[in-house]
Amino acid sequence: MTQVDVKVDGVAYRDDVEPRMLLVHYLRERLGKVGTVVGCDTGNCGACTVAVDGRSVKSCSLLAVQADGREVTTIEGLSDGDGALHPVQQAFHDEHALQCGFCTPGMIMSACDLLRENPNPTEADVRQGIEGNLCRCTGYQNIVRAVQSAAKAMVRS
Amino acid sequence: MIPAAFDYVRPSTVDDAVAALAAAGEDGKVLAGGQSLLPVLRMRLSHPSTLVDLGRINSLRGVRDDGDALVIGAMTTHDEVLRDPLVAQHAPLLAQAAATVGDPQVRHVGTLGGSLSHADPAADLPTVALTLDASLEVVGPSGSRTVPARDFFVDYFTTALAPDELLTAVRVPKLGAGWTTHYEKFNRVAQAWAIVAVAAAVRRSDGSVGEARVGLSNMGSTPLRASAVESALAGADASADAVRAASEHAAEGTHPPSDVSGGADYREHLARVLTRRAVLAAASI
Amino acid sequence: MTATAERPAEIGQARKRKEDARLVTGRTMWTDNLTLPGMLHMAILRSPVAHARITSIDVSGARQRPGVIAAFSGQDFKDVQGSIPCVWPVTEDTVVPNHPSIAVDQVNHVGEAVAAVVARSKAEAQDALEAIDVDYEPLAPILDMEAALADDAPRVHPELSSNKSYTWAFESGAAGSGRPIEDVLREAEVTVTRRFRQQRIIPAFMEPRSTVVLPEGDGVTVWSSTQIPHVLRTLMSLSLGIPEQKIRVIAPDVGGGFGGKLQVTPEEFLTTLVARRVGKPVKYTESRSESMMSCHHGRDQIQDITITATQDGRLTGLDVHILSDMGAYARLITPGIPILGAFMFNGIYKFDAYRFVCDGVFTTKTPTDAVRGAGRPEATFAIERIVDELAAELGMDPMQLRRKNWISHDEFPFTTVTGITYDSGNYEAATDRALELIQWDELKKEQAERRARHDTVQLGLGISTFSELCGWAPSRLLGALRYAGGGWEQATVRVLPTGKVEVVTGTSPHGQGNETTWSQIVADRVGVPFEDVEVLHGDTQTSPRGWDTYGSRSAAVGAVAVSNAALRVVEKAKRVAAHLLEASEDDIEFADGKFSVRGSPGAEKTIQELAFEAFAAHDMPEGVEPNLDAEATYDPVALSFPHGTHLCAVDVDTETGRTTIRKYVCVDDVGTVINPLIVDGQVHGGVAHGIAQALYEEAVFDDDGNLTTGTLVDYLVPSALDLPSFTTDRTVSPATTNPLGVKGVGETGAIAATPAVVNAVVDALRPFGVTDVRMPCTPERVWRAVQGGSE
Repeated sequence: MTQVDVKVDGVAYRDDVEPRMLLVHYLRERLGKVGTVVGCDTGNCGACTVAVDGRSVKSCSLLAVQADGREVTTIEGLSDGDGALHPVQQAFHDEHALQCGFCTPGMIMSACDLLRENPNPTEADVRQGIEGNLCRCTGYQNIVRAVQSAAKAMVRS
Repeated sequence: MIPAAFDYVRPSTVDDAVAALAAAGEDGKVLAGGQSLLPVLRMRLSHPSTLVDLGRINSLRGVRDDGDALVIGAMTTHDEVLRDPLVAQHAPLLAQAAATVGDPQVRHVGTLGGSLSHADPAADLPTVALTLDASLEVVGPSGSRTVPARDFFVDYFTTALAPDELLTAVRVPKLGAGWTTHYEKFNRVAQAWAIVAVAAAVRRSDGSVGEARVGLSNMGSTPLRASAVESALAGADASADAVRAASEHAAEGTHPPSDVSGGADYREHLARVLTRRAVLAAASI
Repeated sequence: MTATAERPAEIGQARKRKEDARLVTGRTMWTDNLTLPGMLHMAILRSPVAHARITSIDVSGARQRPGVIAAFSGQDFKDVQGSIPCVWPVTEDTVVPNHPSIAVDQVNHVGEAVAAVVARSKAEAQDALEAIDVDYEPLAPILDMEAALADDAPRVHPELSSNKSYTWAFESGAAGSGRPIEDVLREAEVTVTRRFRQQRIIPAFMEPRSTVVLPEGDGVTVWSSTQIPHVLRTLMSLSLGIPEQKIRVIAPDVGGGFGGKLQVTPEEFLTTLVARRVGKPVKYTESRSESMMSCHHGRDQIQDITITATQDGRLTGLDVHILSDMGAYARLITPGIPILGAFMFNGIYKFDAYRFVCDGVFTTKTPTDAVRGAGRPEATFAIERIVDELAAELGMDPMQLRRKNWISHDEFPFTTVTGITYDSGNYEAATDRALELIQWDELKKEQAERRARHDTVQLGLGISTFSELCGWAPSRLLGALRYAGGGWEQATVRVLPTGKVEVVTGTSPHGQGNETTWSQIVADRVGVPFEDVEVLHGDTQTSPRGWDTYGSRSAAVGAVAVSNAALRVVEKAKRVAAHLLEASEDDIEFADGKFSVRGSPGAEKTIQELAFEAFAAHDMPEGVEPNLDAEATYDPVALSFPHGTHLCAVDVDTETGRTTIRKYVCVDDVGTVINPLIVDGQVHGGVAHGIAQALYEEAVFDDDGNLTTGTLVDYLVPSALDLPSFTTDRTVSPATTNPLGVKGVGETGAIAATPAVVNAVVDALRPFGVTDVRMPCTPERVWRAVQGGSE
């Protein structure tokens, strides 16, 4: 067992974990953060994407112990908690950017990282930014639209 | 899937890391960013007894100007490499190739040293290291040594690293004035590994090519230099026809694999086409 | 509909989805999220070989591992595990081999379960798999369908007399729906014959399948990531002998299916068997790589097709022979998949004669079954491809050839050469709109210029004027096709005492947005706000009857049931209103949720007031039962026939072979649109799926029968960078066979897009003498086609 100190969605946790425990399993099984999901075992699908120290990472390709001392944000910690959605969440809803919704948490986390870096992305920028997140339902069209619409909303606010 | 159990060490100095790796013995394994290693562990294709995590060794991160070369710490992430102003100025080929590795999430965690040590012949950065005549700084129980990139890549997923050695830094000679570069990657979908990729660096002098270096990804068991192309280009006209003629040599001496992405003959053809395109783009012809 | 100035009709509105609130915030109930007290975790040891006898298996080592509660092999369940069911033996003599959930003495494809371990944690269960010893005596892998049909071929199932499951045939002369095919073939002025291959694809839904089983007394509660909770419940009872009334199946949030979760799986049965044996709740969640080899695959046909025409381009005959690779077993509806295409090979065209023969073949590969479109993509691909080939043979413009032969809009309803009647459509309108949107004539001009100057990158223009059949019903037709199930759908509408509305549906959505569309329908029908409607689904306890969600049937069947139930509620409310307002029922008018007495201003009751009155039931009319509830079961009178025109422009780099989609335009006609936002989304996803089949995806087996594309590294699901932006539009020809006029949209894109793209690729390469490129049209295949003139 190895001790990890990690802040997740604003709350500090200290836990002993097996070194082999993946960050995504720590989030889901230890902390009950089941909003972050596992879609593959090769790091391709991106469904498990979270932010670690502000940067998007695939939590299935990171050991929980690698997150020691870091700050993790998941889909569950994205909005302020006053019931209002984060602008990217809101845009996904407004633009019908999800169907089954399984890829959505990871997709939104990637989109947030993209927008942090590039507040006014072109369609090509958005497609580049979400290339690590697979979606089988939407053909990505409305996702691209949602990210661009969120960008506009975030610039306004 | 979940990796099999292993012991875990997280040293904070290179010396401690070397000691930990030595203590771990044959089945110890270095964990850099883990973007290639973690999937392998999850699929239980590898069963290391100990993982030595380099993530806490701050001295292994960052890009440093060392006169005629850049020294890039092994734990510098792809994302850091591709944004680094020194890299942009002195090794733009590396930045361009790093931007094609995996996807944004992978680039945030994956490291230059990890990619080189993994030594996948289909990977992008080993080819760039070879093309730029980089040398690799290696540390082991008996001290440090420097291995030229051309000696570092030995076979599929095999390097000159001994089991108790680790890669600490990559020394990339600065490209002098007049050099321009291009990385041409050909894959089936954006996320996929290259079927073939070509790294080209060209120095033009007046109306001709003064010097050229061409590296190939996925054309054999290691990254390769297309030396026949390089010879043909040296002193050749900086013209489309001359580049086309030189590029016809791109597959010479290669042993490309045949797999679901392409047969060996197709890869040889791609090597010729992509070499031409890479050199033309690098030289702005 | 009760549209008013204040409250426009809900049907037709682009309502944002109700489902999204939980999905965008991560407050979702995926099966794998579920944790029950005392729950154990199961891991499955899967066969690493395609075909072998199990000569010995020893799980005792696993039992010694830390955290392990139990370990099982097929021997432990051989007398109780029944057989994984197949409900569609398409002929009287269709061969359906026994299919154990966990192999007992033989494995027939890589990935078949051979042992299971239950432990306190998933990690411990997976660890213990390494302590299980299995000895396999290899048998010859059987991978090629034509070789498998040879008399002396080794057999997948040694107890069977051959590798053929069935031969299903249709011939228009015999059926009376057209002339005898042999006559037409003999008289043909022009004949074109082609062999097309439908590669094997993997559904690759994003949520891996998961099942949690809670044993309770002699019953079970099963949570499963399934499209078909109702079907699962009944078949679990029939196969495992658990009394049906003791089984509750819950499909919580389900992360996509695309047909892949239209299945009753070995994993569901095995989890149930194990949970009952250990007497504890057990969870099994597959990994992606397990999913790739054990979830059923789709397509995988060899299509030999002959089309005949007159010299001036009138289509006369179509002769189709299919070999369908069923894989190792007949799964839920495996034999029927090609038969769903049997009525669609003729597409939108008029033929004098038609023959369809399909042989279902067993091989030692993962079984195939429904994947988005199921049978119709295969058929549509073949007809749309060969029409292009015929046009080339005739020297005619491919669009002109289509126009000359399709069913004209004034000919509907039209009975085709298959004997099926298309109720409505307008191929001219959809096509004209699509041509205008893509600027076809300008592209044609550009193509001519680029051909003339021998550009390295050639422009290809592809057409797919498709129709499909969906809304899997009516039950009578299904019975005639020997399908064991029905095609009706059930719904209940309950107005609660406070005036809010609960809708229970037997459909089981997993991304389709039924909670939203059903709310729109009920809001319109009952006159309540959209927000006041709650839709319940996916639990056999709250929604006891239904046939679930697949085959684009939710709107065409399920929505009509919902609408009918809502109308019944209104009828009942009207009787209560008449009674309370002391008026004749004939004088009660209903609009916008209010029941008023004609000619008596102010005499009115709202639906909400009536709901409470009917709940209190102090003063009900004679013979009327309390509460404003109604149920409806709807069995359609016919299938529905969406259609459309998809046009695709591709750039093909003739040096590298890379195909890049430059423009993709689709104009679909799915009948009445309930929610345009959702309809467009379905089209986008379907088109993406169809493009993926055309260009990227293929399940490849090596010579030993190993799946070499067993992860998302090798099985290329396209990302946002690999797909274009689509231009979508619609025409509306309402279905005349159901009261809503809806046709179904879940599969149109996947059916239409594949031939549009491949036709474009071949079109780009026609100057090189290329007449076909096998799917997926990889850069390598395109390059080889350019080199060889044809593949």
